[in-house]
Parts: sequence; structure tokens; C-alpha cells
Amino acid sequence: MSSDAVILDPRSGMQALIDALDTAGYRVLGPVLRDGVIVYDDVVSESAMPTGVRVEQGAGRWRVFQDARPERFSWTPGADSWKRFVFPARSEVLRIRRTDGSWTTGQPAAPDRPLALLGARDCEVRALGVLDTVMLGPNHPDARYAQRRADAFVVAVTCGEPSSTCWCTSMGGGPQPHDGFDLRITELSDHAGHRLLVQPGSDRGEQIMAVLPGSDAHNADIDSAAHVVQRSVDRLPVRLPGAELPALLAGSELHPHWDDVAARCLSCSNCTMVCPTCFCSSFSDHTSLDNDEAFRTQEWASCFQLDHSYLGGRPVRATTAQRYRQWLTHKLQTWTAQMGTTGCVGCGRCTTWCPAGIDIIEEARAVIGSQMVAARLQPVDVYVHPR
Amino acid sequence: MQIVPYRVVSRVVVGPATVTLGLVPVAQACVTAAPGQFMMVWCFGIGEIPISVSGIVNGGVIEITVRAVGATSAAIVDAGVADVLGMRGPYGTAWPMGAVVGRDVIVMAGGLGLAPLRLAIESMVSGRAGQRSLTLLIGAREPAQVLYAEQLPAWRSAGADVRVTVDVGDSAWHGPVGTATAVFERMSVRADVAFVCGPEMMMVSAAQALVRAGMSPAQVFVSMERNMHCGIGHCGRCQLGPLMLCRDGAVVPWEMVSELVQVSGR
Repeated sequence: MSSDAVILDPRSGMQALIDALDTAGYRVLGPVLRDGVIVYDDVVSESAMPTGVRVEQGAGRWRVFQDARPERFSWTPGADSWKRFVFPARSEVLRIRRTDGSWTTGQPAAPDRPLALLGARDCEVRALGVLDTVMLGPNHPDARYAQRRADAFVVAVTCGEPSSTCWCTSMGGGPQPHDGFDLRITELSDHAGHRLLVQPGSDRGEQIMAVLPGSDAHNADIDSAAHVVQRSVDRLPVRLPGAELPALLAGSELHPHWDDVAARCLSCSNCTMVCPTCFCSSFSDHTSLDNDEAFRTQEWASCFQLDHSYLGGRPVRATTAQRYRQWLTHKLQTWTAQMGTTGCVGCGRCTTWCPAGIDIIEEARAVIGSQMVAARLQPVDVYVHPR
Repeated sequence: MQIVPYRVVSRVVVGPATVTLGLVPVAQACVTAAPGQFMMVWCFGIGEIPISVSGIVNGGVIEITVRAVGATSAAIVDAGVADVLGMRGPYGTAWPMGAVVGRDVIVMAGGLGLAPLRLAIESMVSGRAGQRSLTLLIGAREPAQVLYAEQLPAWRSAGADVRVTVDVGDSAWHGPVGTATAVFERMSVRADVAFVCGPEMMMVSAAQALVRAGMSPAQVFVSMERNMHCGIGHCGRCQLGPLMLCRDGAVVPWEMVSELVQVSGR
């Protein structure tokens, strides 16, 4: 017997979980199959969540298949990520009303309900942790982000059906989340039947778990979950040496392969928009028609945009090769020096949603693998920001 | 994000389309800034840009020197005395004033690059910084664009070796013509510490010349610039390789960026 884990029915238990989170005051967000793609949206009924959905992903390819099978989490995430709930694509950050000779500042209202994120995979849980290091840095933490994150209840899910574009194990993750969640669901389907194993990761997770209509999990359930994890690990070959990438990519700036990618890259920004860790943004001001009130909005931006590096009348990164190099090396190399974490969690979205089918792994391999770079590899002296 | 209203209390034209504004907070207490740090300066309804603090006078009046280049800088240059602008900051790293104590210092400025250096220079010519000697090389496009020209005699009489060079002289110009780097290379000046600020190409050539002359790349400091929206590390625009210049810069030792600036488009 394992009293710190319960077994839930995949349908009624899921509904009970949604109800418990709703009762606890959360806005419950979960996966929904809409227009042929998995998106995250408000869910009040478990029936709105996918059942029997499988996903086939490749470079520039996404296909959904649905059949009568009962699995709830046999899909992998789509273009959508939880980022847009904790870091909205566009949000007002400041409102200033001009008064006589000065002005008064208003801060946008906080969201009325904290978020519950139902169904976050390990790559997504880690992506939230990466965003935290950016938004909650020691000097200028973003108070609105801090509140959304601190209040957010994370229901993580062990990945039992990784896609061919998944490469989390290369980037220090795995099919099963180990921290950063309040509850963790592992979907089991074996001779003992189809069921959900729910385990807590926090005190408030335990409080929610306590009100769920589950039975105590047995050791056999824990063993079955370990089997799910191992089966996924076996399907997730290590495709790049994640921890060594900053050193391997150092000195690759002048590699001719950047021009090769640029001949295919549309500089469309899709990869950065679907990335769960990309945080680049624009701050822009707008005024009311009477010009007495100014609004500042923060909006997702992309290093593939020309104006992203605009300086002194021209873009610093004027060519697609320079912009692709900036993006890939930021993700896999320089992020580590900037933030102390990797910028990539290996979710594969950038590859799946690239309209030109450019695979970040293949491009990184091409740059790292060549003799030219190998000959130039020097001991790396990466500047790490003192904390 | 909070923008503090500042009232313009002085406005001096210091060059073509270039002014130095003095600003005091409308209601809040004055802030202080270390030499080389910058403020985000906001003009209601126009926009916000990073501007280095070029002076702190009369117990807290913040001075900024701005040239009208784009919409926001033009609006700031157009601001008159008693107008209100917004500011937040100061942000970024500072010129390492501790490194100049007892040392021979060379300061090289190109164009508006003198503005972010002015607080550091004044700290040195006033005797507060405790350097052994100060050599100041100022480059400008033309004599009319030499910033703070009226202050140079005072800096000289305080013991600084001040030399001014222009790209293009006029009939009244009797000084050197050419870059500050070229002037440096004709001198036999010895320095332990260097502060360099100007256009990136100017800083690269100056820093390379200083290192060729025997200076340690760890003791040459430059003030780097990239596009900046937020100043607080959230917008991701001011990246220069592993650096985020609003946080890790603008002032950085040359050894930190000498390789980075070799590659165009970084």
C-alpha cells in the first residue's frame, strides 16, 4: 500500500479533480482538441479533454488521430503552451493618466482567480521554471508574473507516448516530472485496467488529493508507473549532449552552415512563438484619443524580426543567417551564461511548427559536428552573471 | 514598472539638435546614479529610450545629454523648462571608479560618447576619484559638435591632459584632425586604466590600440549598446552573445566583449 498516492478513475476521477480545483478557487485550464490541434483552455468538464487522441509529429508536420481507445494523455502537446497564461502574448503593464503638470500611475488589475494548469508535461513544467529565472531575476522581478506563478496549481502528467520530435532527455528532462508540480498524474493501462495514479508534489497538492474519490495506490501501481516511464525513456534517444552544448557551440559563429539554414529559414518567428521559454518582448506605448492617458503594453516579440536588434538606424542582425544563429545559440549556448539554466527544454515545438521543417537538432549537429568547428574548439571562458 | 515624473529645470543647447536637460523629480526624492549608468527616459505619448546620466548637479538634478535622432529623442530634445518627462532607473553597470585609485587613467570619447563619461571625468578632475593622472582624448565630427566645450578649460586647469580631435575641421580649428585612436597612437602616454565610450567602431579601434600599447584587456572598459526596450532584463533585446547589456553592461571590460564584437551581426 502506498498512502501517498491514489488511484483515480480516468473519467469520474478527472471530473472530481476539476471540481476540487474549481471549489478551491482555481480557474482550471486543461487540454482541448480544437480545430485539429491540442490547445489549452478553460475546462469545466472532463469530457472536454481529449480521449483516445494520438499525435504524429515531425519537422513541419502535425497530425491528430482519434479512436475509441480510452486514454486521456496519449497525445503530446501542440503549438500552445502554458506560457501564454503566466506570460500573456499581450498584456497591459502600465497605465498613466496625465493630470495637471504631472501624472498618476495605475497598475493593471490582478487576475481574479489563480490558475490551475492541468496536464503539464515535464518539458512544460521545466519551461515554467526557465521562465521563472528570467521573470523573477533578483534585481527586477516581474510582480504580475510572480503572482500568477506563485498561485498557479500545476497538475503534471507523465509522458507515456512521446513524439518523434520530443528530445527532453537530451536537455536534462525526462518523461516524468520530478519537481515543480502540485500533483502528478501517471496514466496506467495494464492487466489491472485503465486508471490514473495521482501523487502529490506539495502541501496544497496533498490537500486537493485528500478530497479526491480515489483508492490508495498499491505497489503494483507504482511499479506499473515505473514501467510507463521506462517505456518512454526507451523511445527518447539522447539526440544532443544538452549539458555540453554551450561549450560545443562556442566558436561556431562563422560556420558556413548558418547560411545553409538561412536559405531554408523564412524568418517567420513561428519557432519563437511556440517556444515555451522564449521571452523576448516589445514594450510599446499607446495613448487615448484625448491624449491624456497612456497605456504600455508588453507583447511577445521575436529575434527573427528585423526591428528586434534595431540600433542606430539599422538592424544589428540584418541577415536571416545572423538571426537564426542568434536564436539557436541563445537557446542552446548563451542562455546558460545569462540565466544559469538551459534555454531549451527539448519539447520539439520549434521543429514541428516550422513551416520549412527546420529541425533544431539537425542544425545544431551540423554546426557542432564539422571539422571546422572541432578545430576551432577552445577552452570556453563563458561569463556567468554573478548572483 | 513605475515611471517617475521629472520636471525639466534647465535646458542647454550643446550642439546641433543636441541638448543637456536638467531634471528633478516632481514629487519623489531624488535618485542618484553611478557614473556610466543609464535611465529609461519617457516622453508622454511618444516613447521611452535609454539615456546615460551625464551629470548630477546641485544636490540631485539629473542631467542627460540627448541628440534628436528618432521620434522619442526628438521629443525629449524639444522638451522645454517646466515640462515633465518620465524616468525610471538608474540601470546597468558603472565605470569602475575603484580601479582608478592611484592609477594613470586614459579616457577616450567619441561624439556623444562623452556624455556617459562625464560623471566619471568630473569625479576624477575634482580629486574625489584619487587617480594619479588623467588623459582625456575627445573626438568629434566637427568643432561645433565637441560636447561640453565650455568645461574643458576647467578640466585642464584641474590637471587633466585634455586633447580634442575632429573628423573635419574648419578655418578656426588648429587642433588635430582624425580619430581619437589616431591621436592616442601618436602620443607616448602610459595608462593603467582606460574608459572608452563612443560608436561601437570607435570603441573597438580604441580598445584594440590601447591593448596594442600594452594595456591589459581587463583594465580597458567600454560602454556597449544594443536595442533596449525595458532596461530590466525582461525584453531580451540587448543581448550581445552571453551578455544582457542592460544588466551586465553597458560598461564592461574589453576582455568580455573583444571576441564578441569581432563577429558582425551579434
